[in-house]
Amino acid sequence: MITDPKTAPPREVDTRVSHARRWDGRGWGFVVKLALMALVNAFGVMAIWSAYLQRSWAVLGLMLVLVVAADWVYFTKRAVPLKYILPGLSFLVLFQLFTIGYTGYVAMTNYGTGHNGTQQQAVDALLIQSEQKVEGSPSYPLTIVEQGDELGFAIVDEGVVKVGTAEDPLQPAPDATVEDGRATAVPGWEVVDRGTLMSDAALQNEVLALRVPISEDADDGSVRTREGTTGQVYHSTLEWDPAAQTMTDTTTGVVYSATDEGLFVAEDGTALAVGWRVFVGFENFTKAFTDDTYSGPLLKITAWTFVFAFFSVVTSFLMGLVMALIYNDPRVRARRVLRMLFILPYAFPAFLSALLWKGMLSANPDYGIVNKLFFFDARIDWLNDPFLAKVSLIAVNLWLSYPYWFLVCTGALQSLPDDVLEAARIDGAGRWRTWRAITMPLLLVSTAPLLIASFAFNFNNFTLVYMLTGGGPRFTDTSATLGATDILISMVYQISGVSGGRADFGLASALSIVIFVIIGGISALMFRRTRKLEEV
Amino acid sequence: MSAVITETVMERNEAMRTRSRRRRWITEVSWKYLLAIVIVGYAVFPLVYVLSASLASSGTLTGSTELFRSISSANYKALNTTMFWTWAGNSLVIGTVTAIGSVLMGAAAAYAFSRYRFYGRRGSLTGLLVIQMFPQMLAFISIFLLLIALGNVIPALGLDSKLGLVAVYLGGALGTNTFLMYGFFNSVPRELDEAAKIDGATHAQIYWGIILRLVTPILAVVGLLSFISTFGEFILARVILTSEDNWTLAVGMYGWVSDQLSANWGLFAAGAVIAALPVLILFLFTQKYIVGGLTSGSVK
Repeated sequence: MITDPKTAPPREVDTRVSHARRWDGRGWGFVVKLALMALVNAFGVMAIWSAYLQRSWAVLGLMLVLVVAADWVYFTKRAVPLKYILPGLSFLVLFQLFTIGYTGYVAMTNYGTGHNGTQQQAVDALLIQSEQKVEGSPSYPLTIVEQGDELGFAIVDEGVVKVGTAEDPLQPAPDATVEDGRATAVPGWEVVDRGTLMSDAALQNEVLALRVPISEDADDGSVRTREGTTGQVYHSTLEWDPAAQTMTDTTTGVVYSATDEGLFVAEDGTALAVGWRVFVGFENFTKAFTDDTYSGPLLKITAWTFVFAFFSVVTSFLMGLVMALIYNDPRVRARRVLRMLFILPYAFPAFLSALLWKGMLSANPDYGIVNKLFFFDARIDWLNDPFLAKVSLIAVNLWLSYPYWFLVCTGALQSLPDDVLEAARIDGAGRWRTWRAITMPLLLVSTAPLLIASFAFNFNNFTLVYMLTGGGPRFTDTSATLGATDILISMVYQISGVSGGRADFGLASALSIVIFVIIGGISALMFRRTRKLEEV
Repeated sequence: MSAVITETVMERNEAMRTRSRRRRWITEVSWKYLLAIVIVGYAVFPLVYVLSASLASSGTLTGSTELFRSISSANYKALNTTMFWTWAGNSLVIGTVTAIGSVLMGAAAAYAFSRYRFYGRRGSLTGLLVIQMFPQMLAFISIFLLLIALGNVIPALGLDSKLGLVAVYLGGALGTNTFLMYGFFNSVPRELDEAAKIDGATHAQIYWGIILRLVTPILAVVGLLSFISTFGEFILARVILTSEDNWTLAVGMYGWVSDQLSANWGLFAAGAVIAALPVLILFLFTQKYIVGGLTSGSVK
């Protein structure tokens, strides 16, 4: 072996030892990784513990899987690609894949207002709701107490102070101080004074909702308060029989029994207000297409969604294309400045444009500039007439998106092969012939996938529709809050009730699935056109 | 004599040529300028109008349709009495964090797909292509329900949390950005990282030290695109952020316009000008890259 004294011998680095688990003294990468992993683990353990306390097993399992996966991936010597994919992948799985799957699940349930939780939760809610003040029951002097975040009541019952919370029934507290027949200090508890209660609305609501059971036996009722100084005994008029799965109204004697629909229903057909979540299969899908409230609007809205997406794409594409053809001309000077001015609408944030046009199209002469400038001060209510509102939407979308097509078409025109055009000229093709037989087909080939993608985008262009018209004007022939310019995604939004109002997550999710299927079809078309899948 | 004749003939020819060129210019080019004026008017007049409305003195309700009738900064000052700056701050923070997160995660994934051959690679790439077709917002109901469940355990990731919203946006990051970056990563010659590998560089050193520096342009484009789309995202922000303190500009300014339009019009106009200016400037300066990114992103 020849050793050259001028070059230092190579540092002893055992290349077989991976740097995944140890710091070899070169750089701070391993240390940084260790610190990051410590953070991830700390957060993970905290989340797992918190999930355990909340009895939230699904979240616990998920966090456990994520933490274990992260530790394995980043401390193993293998799985190098996974080290790079895992962060994005975990977010993708949780917030996109899972949510898509969960949408499918919710679509098969009756989840929504009145069917929010498990049967046990429904029973508890019903028992609370049907609580009434027990006739002739005594009023106890009451003090609101606090232990950490937990609120409780301290009452004086025949000279004995009793303390309890929503979870723990009343227990005697012999060490408490009583002044004027009212508990003023309870060891281990902090007394909430009246001033604090009066100035804190959230606290007031908590106090009003608080019910402290009198004893372990639920039939004894519970103590509640209406003004924070006296407590009364409340008793539920409903009685829950878990074995028979029935609720009995003790005042009328009517028996409500649990049904498959997630409701307690009496023999005469009346149901209790709170139900629970059950699996309903494809009922939501049939409901969407057969229920009178939704089926009529659904058909109109689906048709309009297609019309809107189609005309949005076609009008803006044509305008952009024509502009590109006209201004892709070296004889026109200042093309860069023109181009900049032409694409200004595209650079303006779309949501602001939609809101801006809402004002500009308004019939109010104070800011409805469109009427003023172009329609001789007429008071045309563009956004409140079914037909005009639709026209307005497409017109505003044209303003928003023609710059995109102008840019795309200009790019496509400039990248057309010169030799083909030259060959056509030599063969004696006129301008029109060249355009029809060469330019246009080549242009369409390169823009077709973008056209389809744009169609899919506009199919779900919630921001524009919701901000410009809010879906209005309302349909008059249905009770659902839907209107003539609603598209499918805004219909889903209205029905879901996430913004308030009656929620029907099941039906809304079912409609989302319908959109998923349509979008899936459009994408399949796109894949076939571009054959991108083969390139991967 | 003959020389004079040829000269006049040449002059006449020259004059005829100029005349015909001018005639051609008039028929074929001049109208393009006229048309350009019309198009520029169409493109710009809403923007001019919003600027004029923002400068109108807020005391007078009538007459915001007359352009630049009065110039006052009253509307801009009035923004201080609203939550506008809080919302702008929220939008900025949410957009920036989402952009940085998307770039980091997307670049890492693109690196793995571009430089490693592993089991399930083809399948994952195809899967990403398919997922990319389904916008995240279609599942907003289950995202809403998921955040309720998560929020019970980790309040910082629940409803009405900016961090929760960012986490949701990051869920869509891999689907939208990986392909754009993947193509760019593939165009960086493999010989570079192979040479580094022979010199004893670890995969992390190759990634952070070599690859990321070579792909900086695409990182900037993806970051910018992600910022702009987050800035304008409405439905998820509206569903997730329930309290006014946490709203983004899109949610807050929608509120101004959706009810009591006349009372808030001046405010909205001033807010719109302020909110749009940075995006407008950013876009115009980088439009070449953005448009390239947009188009190739949707083709791929």
